[in-house]
Amino acid sequence: MADAKPPGEPKIMKGNAAPAAKAATGAFTPSGVSPSRRSRHKYTVRLWAVRNSRFLEWFYNRFADLFLLLHPLWNAIGYGRVERPVTFVERHVKGFLFDCRMCGQCALSSTGMSCPMNCPKQLRNGPCGGVRANGNCEVEPDMPCVWVQAWKGSQNMEKGNAIMNVQKPVNQSLRETSSWLRVTAEAAARREAASKEGQA
Amino acid sequence: MSPDINPFDPGAPLEPLPGHSSRGRLERVLRRGEFAVTAELNPPDSANPQDVYERAAIFDGWVDGINAVDASGANCHMSSVGICALLTRMGYAPIMQIACRDKNRIAIQGDVLGASAMGVQNIMCLTGDGVQAGDQPGAKPVFDLDCMSLLETVRIMRDNSKFLSGRKLTTPPQVFLGAAINPFAPPYDFRPYRLAKKIEAGAQFVQSQYCFDVPMFREYMKKVRDLGLHEKCYILVGVGPMASAKTARWIRSNVPGIHIPDSVITRLEGAQDQKKEGKQLCIDIINEVKEIEGVSGIHVMAYRQEEYVAEIVHESGVLKGRRPWKHETLPADAVVAERLEHIREGKEENQQQMAEAAAHHQH
Repeated sequence: MADAKPPGEPKIMKGNAAPAAKAATGAFTPSGVSPSRRSRHKYTVRLWAVRNSRFLEWFYNRFADLFLLLHPLWNAIGYGRVERPVTFVERHVKGFLFDCRMCGQCALSSTGMSCPMNCPKQLRNGPCGGVRANGNCEVEPDMPCVWVQAWKGSQNMEKGNAIMNVQKPVNQSLRETSSWLRVTAEAAARREAASKEGQA
Repeated sequence: MSPDINPFDPGAPLEPLPGHSSRGRLERVLRRGEFAVTAELNPPDSANPQDVYERAAIFDGWVDGINAVDASGANCHMSSVGICALLTRMGYAPIMQIACRDKNRIAIQGDVLGASAMGVQNIMCLTGDGVQAGDQPGAKPVFDLDCMSLLETVRIMRDNSKFLSGRKLTTPPQVFLGAAINPFAPPYDFRPYRLAKKIEAGAQFVQSQYCFDVPMFREYMKKVRDLGLHEKCYILVGVGPMASAKTARWIRSNVPGIHIPDSVITRLEGAQDQKKEGKQLCIDIINEVKEIEGVSGIHVMAYRQEEYVAEIVHESGVLKGRRPWKHETLPADAVVAERLEHIREGKEENQQQMAEAAAHHQH
């Protein structure tokens, strides 16, 4: 199971963890394959998002307010009917910025704007023990660990402390749905409940 | 003889004690403030229970808990549930590891109940290595839960008597919850906070990854003490002997998450007998870390060198004369034997001789 590695700096094949072990299975293994889907070969945009986590946090807060302001509109059209177009936009915008995997329950605000679903182990609560000394992933040797980035990003954010919250397990039945609409609907429901309580 | 035995049945749980969440030996030892020693069982690639018993017998009288690994390094072996079921029969105190790599939340919650029913008192919640590390890299990585949500899941089962779904349990699993820490991987300054998170999620004891860099560990423990975490959780330091400089080098570049400084490799290389030096190095590290405030024990991982665990524990003197549980006859059995002896009144009755006498007896 040992990978044949030349002495000195180990040779890294892009995105191909344990290439020798995979080759030994007899299957044709092109480079850049891994059990976790790789949508892109470079991580430039993702890393930019982490570097600018504070700006993105500020921007998202405004954006969420706007979405909540539009709640009557969503309600009028029907949340079910706007789901598809909003999901389309969300997938592409967040896909570009964060390599979003559309888990449908966005945790970016508590993970320093580094999407935890890009972790091959899909850890949502912090880095595993296998992070390489250079800060790269154990499974994908050429990828910067999502959680090393998350820690960096959270340091810049105003509410970076949210990284300390224990996240619930992913609800797999919410995959491929819009997190923006869910957050808006929940916030609107909370607001309504609060106003009802205020009246009572 | 260890005070932590069930006088009627070695395989049965101990008497419940106030403030204890499990009925196991490890929790008692730690809560009494004694320096605990745990070891890792090398899981057999066989279906023979004898293999497990033999591998566990090596640790007899030297450790307070035996880790049953769950396909560590993503290499397939006998399951941790199976090993634990065998060990509890014999009275050992296994620590069942659960890795999130191979099972989803439905399987894991079922296993927790099954294990607890078999008498497992300690459960260790891990994320698990990636499938690429093992002998079957084509396997599907599950990772449905992560170590944190797994800890929380088992804690909810134990304390709230409920599944994750909210469905009620009639008898909750009474287990002592463990987790792993690795202070030797980046992001270094996040690691103590991650321990805090694990404690919040339910960790009551933690075992660390192999510690070869004591200054680095000291730095970590300083931060842990500043956060007051050592009072909320028992910290066991992972140690182990290196067979040679070559093994150390191989582990460094092939096993994820193990940090071995160059000084360790130089020391091993310079030695006449590298194996002996590796053992000595392990003892030296134990002697250094046991003095650090907040360290409650050691976790000896002597993969394929299990026979050295007793020597290492003995020579480091961490037990301070204490004898952990050992597979031996129960005091109740001794009482019964003594009573039988008394009833016999010292007479030896040989069945053959008596039959012979009866056959030749004149009526």
